[in-house]
Amino acid sequence: MDGTFPDEKPLQKGREYLSVTRVAGPLIAVSGVEGVAYGEVVEVTVPSGERRAGRVLESREDLAIVQVFGGTEAIDTTRTSVRFTGETMKLGVTEGLLGRILGGTGEPIDGGPLLIPDTMRAISGNPINPSAREFPRDFIETGISAIDGMNTLVRGQKLPIFSGSGLPHARLAAQIARQARVSGEEESFSVVFAAMGITYEEGDFFIRNFRETGALEQAVVFVNHADDPVIERLITPQMALTVAEYLAFDLGYHVLVILTDMTSYCEALREVAAAREEVPGRRGYPGYMYTDLASIYERAGRIKGRKGSITQLPILTMPNDDITHPVPDLTGYITEGQIVFSRDLHRKGTYPPIDLLPSLSRLMQGGIGEGRTREDHAAVRDQMYAAYARGRRLRGLVAVVGEESLGDIDRLYLTFADRLERGFLRQPEDERRPIEESLDMAWQLLGTLPESELTRMEPAMIEEHYPRQTEG
Amino acid sequence: MTLTGEVVRISGAVVSARRLAGAQMYEVVRVGDDRLVGEIVVLDRDVATIQVYEDTEGIAPGEPVTTTGMPLSVELGPGLLGSIYDGIQRPLDVLRDAGGDFIVRGLTAPGLRRDTAWDFTPAVRPGDRVEGGDILGSVVETEVHEHRVMLPPGVQGRVEEIAPAGRYTVDEIVAAVRGGGRTRRIRMRQYWPVRKPRPIRMRLEPINPLISGQRVIDTFFPLVKGGTAALPGPFGAGKTVVQHQLAKYVNAGIIVYVGCGERGNEMADVLRQFPALVDPTTGRSLMNRTVLIGNTSNMPVAAREASVYTGITIAEYFRDMGYDVALMADSTSRWAEAMREISGRLEEMPGEQGYPAYLASRLADFYERAGRIAAIGSPGREGSVTVIGSVSPPGGDFSEPVTQNTLRVVKVLWALDADLAHERHFPAINWLTSYSAYIGAMQGWWAEHAAPLWAEHRAEMMAILQAESELLETVQLVGEDVLPEEDKLVLVQARLIRDGFLIQSAFHPIDTYCTVEKQYLMLELLARFFGLARDAVAAGASAAAVGGLAVRSRLERMPFVPNERFADEYRSIGQEITEAFAGLSAGRGVIG
Ligand SMILES: Nc1ncnc2c1ncn2[C@@H]1O[C@H](COP(=O)(O)OP(=O)(O)OP(=O)(O)O)[C@@H](O)[C@H]1O
Ligand SMILES: [Mg+2]
Repeated sequence: MDGTFPDEKPLQKGREYLSVTRVAGPLIAVSGVEGVAYGEVVEVTVPSGERRAGRVLESREDLAIVQVFGGTEAIDTTRTSVRFTGETMKLGVTEGLLGRILGGTGEPIDGGPLLIPDTMRAISGNPINPSAREFPRDFIETGISAIDGMNTLVRGQKLPIFSGSGLPHARLAAQIARQARVSGEEESFSVVFAAMGITYEEGDFFIRNFRETGALEQAVVFVNHADDPVIERLITPQMALTVAEYLAFDLGYHVLVILTDMTSYCEALREVAAAREEVPGRRGYPGYMYTDLASIYERAGRIKGRKGSITQLPILTMPNDDITHPVPDLTGYITEGQIVFSRDLHRKGTYPPIDLLPSLSRLMQGGIGEGRTREDHAAVRDQMYAAYARGRRLRGLVAVVGEESLGDIDRLYLTFADRLERGFLRQPEDERRPIEESLDMAWQLLGTLPESELTRMEPAMIEEHYPRQTEG
Repeated sequence: MTLTGEVVRISGAVVSARRLAGAQMYEVVRVGDDRLVGEIVVLDRDVATIQVYEDTEGIAPGEPVTTTGMPLSVELGPGLLGSIYDGIQRPLDVLRDAGGDFIVRGLTAPGLRRDTAWDFTPAVRPGDRVEGGDILGSVVETEVHEHRVMLPPGVQGRVEEIAPAGRYTVDEIVAAVRGGGRTRRIRMRQYWPVRKPRPIRMRLEPINPLISGQRVIDTFFPLVKGGTAALPGPFGAGKTVVQHQLAKYVNAGIIVYVGCGERGNEMADVLRQFPALVDPTTGRSLMNRTVLIGNTSNMPVAAREASVYTGITIAEYFRDMGYDVALMADSTSRWAEAMREISGRLEEMPGEQGYPAYLASRLADFYERAGRIAAIGSPGREGSVTVIGSVSPPGGDFSEPVTQNTLRVVKVLWALDADLAHERHFPAINWLTSYSAYIGAMQGWWAEHAAPLWAEHRAEMMAILQAESELLETVQLVGEDVLPEEDKLVLVQARLIRDGFLIQSAFHPIDTYCTVEKQYLMLELLARFFGLARDAVAAGASAAAVGGLAVRSRLERMPFVPNERFADEYRSIGQEITEAFAGLSAGRGVIG
């Protein structure tokens, strides 16, 4: 199966042209055309005979502007032929995709058997009707305290990792994929993995990881490497999510979608915008990037009356570790929280290097508490955050004025922050800490503060959980 | 008259069509073989440029475009309450029944159900002289909402016929009015173009408080019925939670909640929670007073642009019946971006940061539709529309055009702050940068409502917080221990205001709503504690000793005491405060 082209190719008369009039960046203009549909799939044949896929970005009566996914190298204005297929972009989907490795545009690259699609799906997808959505509430235990205890993930959530170059986001994503379970259910997640512009090394890391843990059989892998055509990346996430929707909402799988690296995706978007000479938005990224990213991230969730779910774990690297950069910024405005990495913690050898303060899970509230995790969970999280934030503020102060200037209580907070980072936060990459254990560890930490400091919770809760010294 | 033209160009949500001479600006058209809904936004001789409210993929030049003769309008009448619509008032539940769980193209459905019969009671008699806005009859729309059937603006004459009391659908004729040489048949549904404000008799000064049960809002930065507020903040700072809290708890009769370009799950959250929640004013299901507009970020961008207009027109309609309506728009930045995206496709001259030059006037026009008013028609009615707009500035930087142009027109600013949100100080409303122009208006109200010292207490708390921020700058440089004791006390006091008053968890079953009575008693206790603390420090006690008093923890836990039990708690804490300071001056009562 070739992902890009529909299996039937109804050749319409007069639909093949040799009239490329302009090539600019990843775009070509084809003139003298007739009845070209917006979004139509195009097949471009360069003089050497090589064929590339494209898509119509703008259609006028006699002119079509086409974005060429394989790049525009070697395209000329005399011998290149452009065929309009009369179809919008579709992907053949089947359960048989599980266990397969595909290129960025959906063609198998693992030498496996031919794929027979069950059905063809438009890769741009349709928005889930908001009134059909089931609000996601099933707690996913990842076994990672910083997530489960403080920024809980639920099934159907989109929760990105905001990382930086050289930080261990791939390891964390692989760990989550490996360990994530919903309590009371045996079944693990099926993974749809979409790599955009990643290195061979990182791609191999994931594939090896999936293979070693047996996850590959339950995974569909799309890989666009850093040296593959940049424009190709623009359809990789759409392909991946089309497969994910089929697996989740047609076949009932619980799907974990890992998208990496969204920053590379956005760069491709910027390249197209520049070629179209559009008015650039912030830092050269197009003004419609929010909408474009939303059309990817919103393809997560649950649907009433359907069994499956799509949980998204997009990864992005923040250029210069700057969280206000348009890619993390617009992502944060769409996703349901974010896990933010800290280079400082990483330097100190902390794994996972999660900076708790800017991290957030917006769907945590509905996924925790009695009957889901534990009745004290929300209160513990609030108190931990309050205490840690105070400790961190004091740490900044101490750096300037020295620890001597602190009062006794302040010193306790300072120590609290250190202990939290060294104990609660830090854990081995293969450790799967149950939620009870995470919460108990949190109470041990809270026990280093006097009870009178625990004002984010009701006295009854302190009564029940506050660690008391045994006699003496 | 219907015209049929032909598509000549498609670029995203924008389509051009020719042979449409005679079509009108803002007229609704149907585009392509799938008959997608669109609206004319530019006319250039016989070429119309159209923004299309559905995905245009697959449309090709040559496909037909037909005009409808109508501007983009909403359908108004019984059945709005409890509904959820997309940006152009298509009922999402009906679309789901027709097209499945995913929104497919080319579906249409009227805004009001045709099959529901409503209990109509006439209010006029044949022969009565009537004019636009007059109430012809009423319908019980929900247990607590009387839907007043108004003669559409602009119509006048004599009642020829009026339907007797009975059950009617919105399609049936309930009145005939003769005037200007013709007879108008009146149904319970009417149409109004969304981009045009509905007429009013006159504007009134907004003076009645919009109580939200959120302490930092009601006590520090209050809003009034008919007022305007902006809620800017970076992602994750808590805009949506504040908007949801307001939608749940404000003392308005009707809520119009516009989810404009935001998350699908947030709409699902409202749909899940509201039916089960109780309106604090009427004791009925919250969904009964709510109209939801949900045009999420992945739904077509032109319909997102329309969604705020759809919302405010529905709000005005209920206002005209005499209701206090509160409209939440989350987020107006997504609306502005939709404008920018369409403007870009139209190749208009870009203004600041690519936004069209008319951004400022569109924002101003929108907020101008808020207000407290006397409605047209009789019997005379007063109503109001309060508008609260979220703003999502890129990078959290408030100097950008949408925030700035909004701040020029709104009267209340609740500025959300990333640092506070990161520390989980929620609502993350920054008390130093936020403001309300309605404090004067509120003063009298609080004084009348058993809170004589509200303004004084409020001013004292603000002064402490202000002093704290100045002191903290010094502390950053030289540390806290060099400060004089009275300054250290300010830091203790400020922390108590933050932790015991400003922080309010939206998710805590008790703390989520704090009555104004409780708010005031909390303020009283804090003020009393502060006064005695100052005396104690002046008499030689240390600020640390004051901060170490057991009653301090109790004050910080006030939020968790149920509203109805708070009067008792107030007395008990009051007593403990008195005893604690008595003990302090006797050299006891300090822990640790
Ligand atoms: N009053 C509150 N009480 C408790 N938690 C809160 C409160 N306000 C905000 N939060 C927390 O902050 C999170 C983010 O809030 P919210 O979704 O309202 O942010 P936002 O400003 O709307 O962000 P975006 O612009 O991305 O939509 C919530 O999911 C919740 O966890
Ligand atoms: Mg929000």
